[in-house]
Amino acid sequence: MTTLVLREARATLPARRRRTGLTVSEWVATSLLCLVLGIAVFGPWLSPENPDALVGVPYSGPSRTHLLGLDELGRDVLSRVMAGGRAVVLLASVATCAAYIVGGVAGLVSGYVRSWIDPVIMRVIDVVLAFPPILFLLVVATGAPHSQMGLAVALTIVQAPGVARILRTATLEASTRGYVEAAAARGESPWYILLREIVPNIRGVIVADAGPRFTVSILAVAALNFLGLGQRPPAANWALMINENQGGLTANPWAVLAPAIMIAVLTISLNVVADGVNRRRDVAV
Amino acid sequence: MAERHPVLAYAVRRVAIGVGLTFVVSVLIFAATQLLPGNPAIAILGRNAAHRRALHQLEVQLGLDHSAVYQYSHWLGSLLQGNLGQSYAAHEPVSTLLASDVGNTMILAGVTLAIMIPLSLLLGTLAGIRRGGWLDTLLSGLTLGAIALPEFVTGTFLVIVFAIWMGVLPAVSLGPGAANLVLPVATLVIAGLAYNVRMVRAGVVEVMASDYVEAARLNGVPEGRLIRRYVLRNALAPSIQTFAMTVQWLVGGVVVVETVFSYPGIGQALVQAVSTEDIPTVQALGMLIALLYILINVAADVAVVYVVPKLRTESG
Repeated sequence: MTTLVLREARATLPARRRRTGLTVSEWVATSLLCLVLGIAVFGPWLSPENPDALVGVPYSGPSRTHLLGLDELGRDVLSRVMAGGRAVVLLASVATCAAYIVGGVAGLVSGYVRSWIDPVIMRVIDVVLAFPPILFLLVVATGAPHSQMGLAVALTIVQAPGVARILRTATLEASTRGYVEAAAARGESPWYILLREIVPNIRGVIVADAGPRFTVSILAVAALNFLGLGQRPPAANWALMINENQGGLTANPWAVLAPAIMIAVLTISLNVVADGVNRRRDVAV
Repeated sequence: MAERHPVLAYAVRRVAIGVGLTFVVSVLIFAATQLLPGNPAIAILGRNAAHRRALHQLEVQLGLDHSAVYQYSHWLGSLLQGNLGQSYAAHEPVSTLLASDVGNTMILAGVTLAIMIPLSLLLGTLAGIRRGGWLDTLLSGLTLGAIALPEFVTGTFLVIVFAIWMGVLPAVSLGPGAANLVLPVATLVIAGLAYNVRMVRAGVVEVMASDYVEAARLNGVPEGRLIRRYVLRNALAPSIQTFAMTVQWLVGGVVVVETVFSYPGIGQALVQAVSTEDIPTVQALGMLIALLYILINVAADVAVVYVVPKLRTESG
């Protein structure tokens, strides 16, 4: 009886609502995520003032000309907030994509080809995972100070083993399926089978894993910049701003609050959206 | 031995792997710090590096004129004898420099764990028993947000509210006093609690749905006894791994939180050493942290096999 009523109720909902079916929190999170990513990407072109220009007395409070006040050197906080997200999002995106390429190839080959390659790749992964990630990033930051390239490579190495493990398991499972056997019987090459048969079929696993992994990358990039090991000081960077302006917490807390809110909104909304996507696809990772 | 003492045999094998990993990690730390560009002699002399003679003298003194393998074995040899080297920045032995920092970090981490582990067991169990209840819904909403919040953002919000606006707690924690510990510990607990509660809850939910709990309930075992004797004991095993991961996560969390609050522990020491390119200090702290990390891993693996007899045959 209840099911019948529910089915009827669902049938009366407008078609569009039924298809997306976002909950209120997911709807809010998606809009906020788009907003923050939009600011991060387009903000540098739209900022009202040059983010590096000294325009007044350090730590002046909010005013009509400077809505969020000024920072430790007298630069416009609003302009720096608009300019300061791109580097964080860009580095995290590059590292996550690179981790998928490196870890993805390792996982696919390891799961499909097996032979001697599989144990070798798995042992390498064990070694990398034995390293505390933050330590790895800090050690690389010592060897290559303030190098964005160095951080991207380090972050890729930290993230790739997780990708490889998940894709290996998924590939192992997929390669026992009939369509893979059929392709092999047709005489298709291993690369064709991997890219045209297996990858499209394990897409769901990749989607489920990508959201949380991107969040972890953002958190790592932000932490390193906060510790002063990412971009060099004159650069506008949300995490760096939080560190730089600690001295002005009483005079103009917005210099710290505004970038902190941006990072919080970015990571939390990303997590809520990723969680919603996974719950909908019902994949447990 | 493997027949009569499967746990012991597993422990021995696991420790051997741990020792091997420590060795590989030491090679990686050394290679990444010592052999990358950025000559340490130039880092020490800074502006004075222009003096060819002084530079060469220092390179000889630091052993930089020898081969990489020689440098590494020399470093590892003195490390094994307990000699952590001489700090470039402070011109003091690294061990004296870090002695008090290690203690301070132990206090911070210890207090955090003493609060976080019982609290997450309590909340996770309550949420898991009444699955879908108001506490479960509230916690799952909060954890979704708290898991994603970086420690330094949480810490900054706490400082602004409790130190700047309300003025009840210090904004910086220059030592391990009670008032100084409140905000750093709160930051770490907020950041780590969410994950722990989730994992404990998942374990409890799984056990609650099992056949033996169902059978016990049908046999009329009272609810309180059921939860204590049947659910908690079996839900604890996966929690051991979770808590081990939490201790490992603390290694990273401590680095950031100590920096937020200027707390004098090994995390802040490591960040300072990295930014001043004080390579011996980075190497010593790196090895210390990596060793701790591997040790926790081994201990947790062995503990789980000890607690869950079923795993002995599978991994022995």
